[in-house]
Amino acid sequence: MSLLHIAILSPFIFAIFIPFFYKGFKSIHTGWFTLILPIVLFLYFLQFLPKVGGGSSVIETISWIPSLNIDFTVKVDGLSLLFALLITGIGSLVTLYSIYYLSKEKEQLNTFYVYLLLFMGAMLGVVLSDNLIVLYTFWEFTSFSSFFLIGYWFDREKSRYGAQKSMLITVFGGLSLLGGIILLYIMTGTFRISEMLANVDAIVNHALFIPAMIFILLGAFTKSAQFPFHIWLPDAMEAPTPVSAYLHSATMVKAGIYLVARVSPIFALDQSGLWIWLVGGIGIITLFWGSFNAIKQTDLKAILAFSTISQLGLIMSLLGVGAAALHYDYLDDNIFMVAIIAAVFHLINHATFKGSLFMVVGIIDHETGTRDIRRLGGLMQIMPITFTIAFIGAFSMAGIPPFNGFLSKEMFFTGMVRVLQMDIFHLETLGFLFPLIAWVASVFTFVYSMIVVWKTFAGKYQPDKLSKKAHEAPLGMLISPVILVSLVIIFGLFPNLLSDTIIAPAAQSIMPQFIFDDIHISHWHGWKSPELYMTIGVIVIGALLYLTAAKWKRVYRLFPEKLTFNKLYDALLPSLETGSNLFIRSHMTGFLRSYLAYIFIFFIGILGYTIWSKDAFTINRANTAEIGIYEIVLALLIVIGCVTIIFAKSRLTSIIALGAVGYTVSLFFVIFRAPDLALTQLVIETISVALFLLAFYHLPKKFRHEESRRFKLNNALISIAVGVIVALIAISSYSTKLFDSISKYYVEHTYDPAGGENMVNVILVDFRGFDTLFEISVLSIAGLGIYGLIKLRMTRRKEG
Amino acid sequence: MEILMAIIIGILFASATYLFLSKSILRIIVASGLLSHGAHLLILTMGGLKQGAVPLVNKEGIPVTDPLPQALILTAIVISFGVTALFLVLAYRAYQELGTDNMDQLRGTEGND
Repeated sequence: MSLLHIAILSPFIFAIFIPFFYKGFKSIHTGWFTLILPIVLFLYFLQFLPKVGGGSSVIETISWIPSLNIDFTVKVDGLSLLFALLITGIGSLVTLYSIYYLSKEKEQLNTFYVYLLLFMGAMLGVVLSDNLIVLYTFWEFTSFSSFFLIGYWFDREKSRYGAQKSMLITVFGGLSLLGGIILLYIMTGTFRISEMLANVDAIVNHALFIPAMIFILLGAFTKSAQFPFHIWLPDAMEAPTPVSAYLHSATMVKAGIYLVARVSPIFALDQSGLWIWLVGGIGIITLFWGSFNAIKQTDLKAILAFSTISQLGLIMSLLGVGAAALHYDYLDDNIFMVAIIAAVFHLINHATFKGSLFMVVGIIDHETGTRDIRRLGGLMQIMPITFTIAFIGAFSMAGIPPFNGFLSKEMFFTGMVRVLQMDIFHLETLGFLFPLIAWVASVFTFVYSMIVVWKTFAGKYQPDKLSKKAHEAPLGMLISPVILVSLVIIFGLFPNLLSDTIIAPAAQSIMPQFIFDDIHISHWHGWKSPELYMTIGVIVIGALLYLTAAKWKRVYRLFPEKLTFNKLYDALLPSLETGSNLFIRSHMTGFLRSYLAYIFIFFIGILGYTIWSKDAFTINRANTAEIGIYEIVLALLIVIGCVTIIFAKSRLTSIIALGAVGYTVSLFFVIFRAPDLALTQLVIETISVALFLLAFYHLPKKFRHEESRRFKLNNALISIAVGVIVALIAISSYSTKLFDSISKYYVEHTYDPAGGENMVNVILVDFRGFDTLFEISVLSIAGLGIYGLIKLRMTRRKEG
Repeated sequence: MEILMAIIIGILFASATYLFLSKSILRIIVASGLLSHGAHLLILTMGGLKQGAVPLVNKEGIPVTDPLPQALILTAIVISFGVTALFLVLAYRAYQELGTDNMDQLRGTEGND
């Protein structure tokens, strides 16, 4: 076990001690204890920077289930390191923020920090695992811990609803991811990602390539809230704000992005263009749909949720479009590679500005008592620091210089505009949609970013609408967002700080086929670049739209609420429930007769079909005994007995008829040379009839209940079919003799060595004595059961 | 003979099935009796009929019928007797406690839904 393994597992171990700390040190906020771990981990991961920046990676393995090729293998390369730093860095800031956000007195802090640490460990496991099964294990851990955190205030109906929804959707995706992993294993025989990369040709040309791709993408899309699986994210906003900031903006929702980036070297080689269209197309639709819907929200957290959806779509579309670079690998200066760099860069930027914005919303909620933009306004003078943070975060989100969002948005436009130059997979005809939708979505992004800032902080202060008297947040709450917005500015002013240390190695991991050694992110592209005019257009049109928002917001009413995926989800769950209810009620009637009928019908169906399909019916009279007069009489007697029982009105008649059938059977035994059987049958039949008579004395006089004609007809049909099937099977099996009986041995050895003359008795007690032993047990158990039934009388419990 | 027996067995099975599907608990028990008869005869028939003497050791070396199915049937008779007896008492007790022998009324709806 290496230090790296300990680093991944340390949050789980730490989580064990949280409750003890919580109980033991009541006076100290549990968060302070928790805070140590992410900071230490962050520092630990920082020291990988030089090594990974140099292009090498670190691999450590410990054995887990070696017989199934499942080992806990971890690998630190550029992409993993980027995510690990995000997880631990933002994890530290969020923990710090939560110390001031969550009250020590009112909240169950131990559970909160246990869940948070579980999540952190799981997330580290996802990004650092090289073995796909281990990755999947941690993946589901993130789903579970996210479920717990969304439902943290479990006494609220909405929290439970949001938690359930996110659980169902992400676990659905998780399971399909597992399917994809298994398909990859079938193709390559390994669960190790790095070994799959070495064997990539075998995968690309395999028939299971496309199914595996779709399964894995389903997992990634559900986790990263891509269209149409985005519906869980807005409802996950019921979680405490630190959770929203951490899980639902910076880390967990990027797990899908991570997965897509991680498997890119395999699937981006896809020759059908499906990868580009699925990842790029779904990404760009999500981008548009998220930003379009963000504007109509009135809750700040809902706006940020849709904004997160849209930004995740942006990164996803960049990863999709970037895959095209592989199909132009003959170009010296591959202009399509910029999309991958933009994706990595925006991933970092989004984590910084979205994290700070969520924290700002948390502060506003905390200090004013509401997050509704209709009740907020005029907070600029009251909360100047919060306003500054929100201003920087939102302007970075809108893509305005000099913040980092501007740079990544520019690169995003560059990547999208270059789609126009592609000439494969129908991109030459439909490719223009990418820059177009990207531009429109950016305009919407600008509008909602402005809403976040100005609706909250500008305008008139309305103290009567707020439940608390607004004031600036405590210093401790401001530390984390201030650090994040400082990063926004630093990355905005000096973007090349990151380019060699982290962006290049991360892009290298996504596209190992290329060398990313000279990444230069510049502010100024020159007058001729289309990105400049696109950005100017976004700002101008966006500003106009923002100012006239009141007039065109009617647009949202055009789209009926009924057709949304939320409504579909809400309708689907109850209909599944009623559907399965109906299904169960339709055949689980509670009547014994129904179940018997099912059994008989299956018996008829399966055996009848087998006889018919195999053409199994044979009749062979060569080996049969001849029919004598006795046999015919006895057969007639049995038939008469059966008919009498069926039509008998009185129970005595039926009993006597049953007895007659039994005695006839024993006469058959006489004819067929079975004296012991005849004897036993006679005795037993006599006792049975006596027993029947005894029992009938206590039972109702009526032998049969009223049965309708249809009821009888159905029963008759079933029973005749059963009889015919049995007869057919008996005849055909007697007619096909495959081998001789083994009885010859018994016949020859009855006297010597068994020492008896009656072969049947010798078989019963000597050759096959165990049968007899347990038959005796059966009889004793039946006797004991009868005794118990009669003697033990539990007084019936009175209904309370 | 075996073919005739197969038909007789089919009739026994059909009557047993018909009685199983009826509403009265008594008819169901009678049905299990008929079904056992059918099964026993089926075992015997499948072993072959009248193909030798009674399965006792004889000095003359006359071939005997197959003793194995007879041993199997003997076991089966005893077991089916035990089961039938238990069923009968069960039906009697159920009638005593629940006051009905109609299978349609013996539906475990209370507390089982």
